[in-house]
Amino acid sequence: MSYWTTRRRDHLTGYLFITPALFGAAAFVFVPLVLVVWYSLHEWNVLADTFDFVGTENYRRLLDDPGFPAVLRATGLFSIGLVVVNLGLALALAVLLNQRLRGTTFFRVLFFSPVVVSLLAWTIVWGFLLQDNGGINGFLDTLGIDGPNWLRSGGTAMASVVIVQVFKNVGLNMVLFLAALQGVPQELYEAARTDGAGPWTVFRRITLPLISPTVLLTSIITVVGSLQVFAQISVLTQGGPGNSTTVLVYYLYQQAFQFHAFGYGSTLSVVLFLIVLALTVLQWQMRKRWVFHEN
Amino acid sequence: MRTKVVLYGLLLVLCVPFVFPTWWMVTSSFKPNAEIFSPSLWPSSFTAEPWRQVFTMQPFAQQYFNSAYIAVVVTIGTLVVASMAGYAFARIRFPGQNVLFLVVLTGLLIPSEVTIVPLFRIFNSLGMVDTHWPLILVPMLGPPSVLATFIMRQFFITLPAELEEAARIDGLGRPAIFRRIALPLARPALGAVAIFTFLHSWNLYLEPVVYLSTRTRYTLPQALTQFTDAYQGQLWNVQLSAASMTAIPVLIVFVLAQRQFIEGLAHTGLKG
Repeated sequence: MSYWTTRRRDHLTGYLFITPALFGAAAFVFVPLVLVVWYSLHEWNVLADTFDFVGTENYRRLLDDPGFPAVLRATGLFSIGLVVVNLGLALALAVLLNQRLRGTTFFRVLFFSPVVVSLLAWTIVWGFLLQDNGGINGFLDTLGIDGPNWLRSGGTAMASVVIVQVFKNVGLNMVLFLAALQGVPQELYEAARTDGAGPWTVFRRITLPLISPTVLLTSIITVVGSLQVFAQISVLTQGGPGNSTTVLVYYLYQQAFQFHAFGYGSTLSVVLFLIVLALTVLQWQMRKRWVFHEN
Repeated sequence: MRTKVVLYGLLLVLCVPFVFPTWWMVTSSFKPNAEIFSPSLWPSSFTAEPWRQVFTMQPFAQQYFNSAYIAVVVTIGTLVVASMAGYAFARIRFPGQNVLFLVVLTGLLIPSEVTIVPLFRIFNSLGMVDTHWPLILVPMLGPPSVLATFIMRQFFITLPAELEEAARIDGLGRPAIFRRIALPLARPALGAVAIFTFLHSWNLYLEPVVYLSTRTRYTLPQALTQFTDAYQGQLWNVQLSAASMTAIPVLIVFVLAQRQFIEGLAHTGLKG
């Protein structure tokens, strides 16, 4: 019997097959993650070519940074707003499209279409529509309503950015919800109706628990995605007015790549990582309590 | 009957914010500057001048090519890397498999925005700033590729073992089983991963803004923001023409293959 048994050959093939993925994860995820923590302990100026160890200096700067609470606030507002509106609308659209109606495929295509429209194209046309003299205010004008300067006033800028992003990607969650809804066994609905349950009770007691794994999945994807928003802010508001829409990634970009404060930028990156980590763990914990069943 | 009318009415109203912006983008791109802010659904004096200006103001054809070739390379690369790793994690038994999978999986928790500063430094020391390498290597091997590996593994795990056993008895080795049996069966999952990966690369914005500084090397998302006059005022009709050219080809492919698009995404993203 030769050394190369089927089992041994399998081991080798297995390692060879995962090598590119493993190398990629190491080189472009884990090594940079360790480096970003290391950099966050340094004062690093590219222009002056200095790289000095400063310990926790950057973290103290973070606590003293008068702009930072506003950044956290904007990040939280954006994420909460996006997740609530996105998941709510996605579920509503999925329920609508799950009705026995002709032409639901057609509407499904329309609701999904912004997902495939280039993000920047979508953002630019909304930026155009939301100008003070743009299409939306032009339409409101014909109704005799004097619309605000959506992207330049504190009360509406954040809401506008959230809405633009919701319409861009809600189709994705809608499709996931729709697939989940179609997986709910019809017998359960019939049994519930026979027992005299109204539509709202059926939805709350049967539909929602049965699709809760999908709710969890989509909420994790949406929360993590909401923390990565950059292009929309950069194009629509540049973080303004004031810094009311300066979310964490935009602030990180400004500090690192506009002000060349790479050390401080790294510290902000660590904060972003910790937020993503905490939220994912939190949602994973919630799964045990709220998600009805899993297989 | 009444409920049907109400439902259709509701669907039609809800469609507006999804469909109207694309309509507005295309029609406004044919409006002359003087008419650009008029709230008319159709240009009253039609002009193709903005579409021409797109190409005279910037090396737009070159930028279009940059985006297209980067997205294609990233998509093919990701499919290769993710299907091989996904297959190995799902179907081959080897020591340390579970630990290694868990390690790869934790990569899902680290968005590429977190690591952009160190990656910039690494690419800078390799002389790769202001080249397309970062835009190809990071998506192809970094976090998006980790997600693709996970999706592929979840798919391969559902394949019945009998298929492979029969092939083994016929004397096929692992690589042949992977190529001739597993991969052809994985077409729906590969399709979904391809769509996700292509769109991700096509939409990439932070990375090009950070890495690229030469106009001829720009990708589309970055190029779209550059149509301004001498006073940094936006040339809306030119910008919207460029945006239309970026959006329409992908939209056409989507409309032609909408079933594969939507159902592929729904059914592979979900089985987790």
